[in-house]
Amino acid sequence: MEKLPFYHALKVVENVCIGCTHCMNVCPTKAIRVKSGKADINKHACVDCGECLKACPVNAIIVEQDDFNQIFSYKQRVAILPTVLLGQFPDDITEEQIYAVIREMGFTHVFEVDEAVDLLIEGTKEYMRKHSQMRPFISSFCPAVVRLIQVRFPSLVENIVRLKPVVDISSQFYRKKLIDEGYKNEEIGIFYVTPCAAKIAAVKSPVGEDEMLIDGVINMDFIYNKVMLSIKQTGKEKQAVSNYRHLSTTSIDWTLTNGEASQYSGRCLAIDEIHNVIAFLDKLENEEITDVDFLELRACDRSCAGGVLSTENRFLAVERLSKRAKKEIKRQAETEEMYSTYRPYLLNNIAISEIEPRSILSLDADMMVAMDKMKKIQRIMRVLPGIDCGACGAPKCKVLAEDIVQGHAKMTQCVFLQKMLTKEELISPQESFDISEETWGKGRFEKKKFNS
Amino acid sequence: MDFKFDIEGGNFSKAGSASSDVKKVLKKLNVDPKLIKRIVVSIYEAEVNVVAHAYEGEMNVSIFPEKIVVRIVDKGPGIPDIDLAMQKGYSTASPAVREMGFGAGMGLPNIKKNTNELNIKSEVGVGTEVELINYLN
Repeated sequence: MEKLPFYHALKVVENVCIGCTHCMNVCPTKAIRVKSGKADINKHACVDCGECLKACPVNAIIVEQDDFNQIFSYKQRVAILPTVLLGQFPDDITEEQIYAVIREMGFTHVFEVDEAVDLLIEGTKEYMRKHSQMRPFISSFCPAVVRLIQVRFPSLVENIVRLKPVVDISSQFYRKKLIDEGYKNEEIGIFYVTPCAAKIAAVKSPVGEDEMLIDGVINMDFIYNKVMLSIKQTGKEKQAVSNYRHLSTTSIDWTLTNGEASQYSGRCLAIDEIHNVIAFLDKLENEEITDVDFLELRACDRSCAGGVLSTENRFLAVERLSKRAKKEIKRQAETEEMYSTYRPYLLNNIAISEIEPRSILSLDADMMVAMDKMKKIQRIMRVLPGIDCGACGAPKCKVLAEDIVQGHAKMTQCVFLQKMLTKEELISPQESFDISEETWGKGRFEKKKFNS
Repeated sequence: MDFKFDIEGGNFSKAGSASSDVKKVLKKLNVDPKLIKRIVVSIYEAEVNVVAHAYEGEMNVSIFPEKIVVRIVDKGPGIPDIDLAMQKGYSTASPAVREMGFGAGMGLPNIKKNTNELNIKSEVGVGTEVELINYLN
């Protein structure tokens, strides 16, 4: 059965892409090939982790966002900020100032995603009590990790905690609150400021949820630039109405590494960075690791502070957020009271339905056919050089062999084989050249013109 | 279709690598994830047994349309009393092995739990052959 691919926010800008191999080589799900001199992302395999974007030397991979002006098609314009946004700014810019500038940009309400964290913690504790046989519980926090498990670790899908991520809980809260205040549903536009591509993808095609709770997504670097520009131009003194509310320490720490794992009892581990996550899931799947109760797994190094749309150095962002959290220890969070009325409503709507496995690993749905293909791959591997040079447009010899068997590539794409075949006069030098141009693009082998 | 993986006795840092390789093959063959898990859990136990007790061994995987057969053959001390070894909690593992988190005496019982058919042949002073058969469907 052919499943519809996920929505992806990561896009290759074709006229900027120089067709190198950086993104292809770092992709943890081997989703990228080079064809006709451009990177090509396989939508079924991509998990939106953003490793390709980080590796691109020419910024040809971007995170597609919604047009900012669409916020003005709503009467009530709600901005939901990730807490890491507040960690992007220099120390002398206050939270109140940031809130105020974002309101000036046109939002009628500004609040932080992680305000609803206490509710999710309560929901998660209850979930873990009810489903104690499903240990270890894997947090659904990071959408890139959820997708990674779907495509690469299908047998672990059922260990994912089937509760809404906090952004969905808080947007549901705000919508309900505004409706209760007398606004019509269609007058309310909820916009999420995202620190990464995976969150956008999750908003546009949520896993295990039917309705979209968010109307649009704005990239965090865009907001960062707007805020910086406004503060630089109008000076720091200006203080508009900010509506800033003090958050709990737990909320501020939530998106940082160990923010979740520190909240639950039992053996809880926090693992960040996608390769670390993959290595751990590999062992978990084999049951080499047992007796773990809760796993907080995040695709980026230093969790969301390392998101692809963050502008500040992630270590400095973490430091700032930790400082902010410490400041709030003595203070009573102002958000709890507001949420208390809606607690039962939100807890009733916190569950998501089953998360389906979407394995990209199998060679064929029919095991006998798959076995046949595997034999062919083994035969092809005997003639490939095994040096993983990438000159064929695939990241590894093994991947090329698979592509050949699946009908997506040709043996002759391998430059080693091309040399052999040319020497044996089985293909002409011109044919060999043409094959390489198919991979690397027309005119690719001509002398470069530099403006000196 | 047959695959062969070597197992190194005494090298706990690599214990599990043969099982991981088998897992990758089964995933490629579109074997049901639940069955893969059961197979991998049981062959991992068997692999650790070889690492913990034997000098060297190999894991042979044969895939048929109706079943998957894994034979783990080692050169080692052998098992003097197989019935005793099958009892939960019984272990001859050294304190050093136990310190690494292995040797709880659950190896063979766990394998039995996760396999359709388990055959053990052993000769003291020569080695052990463990055969695990799992039927597809």
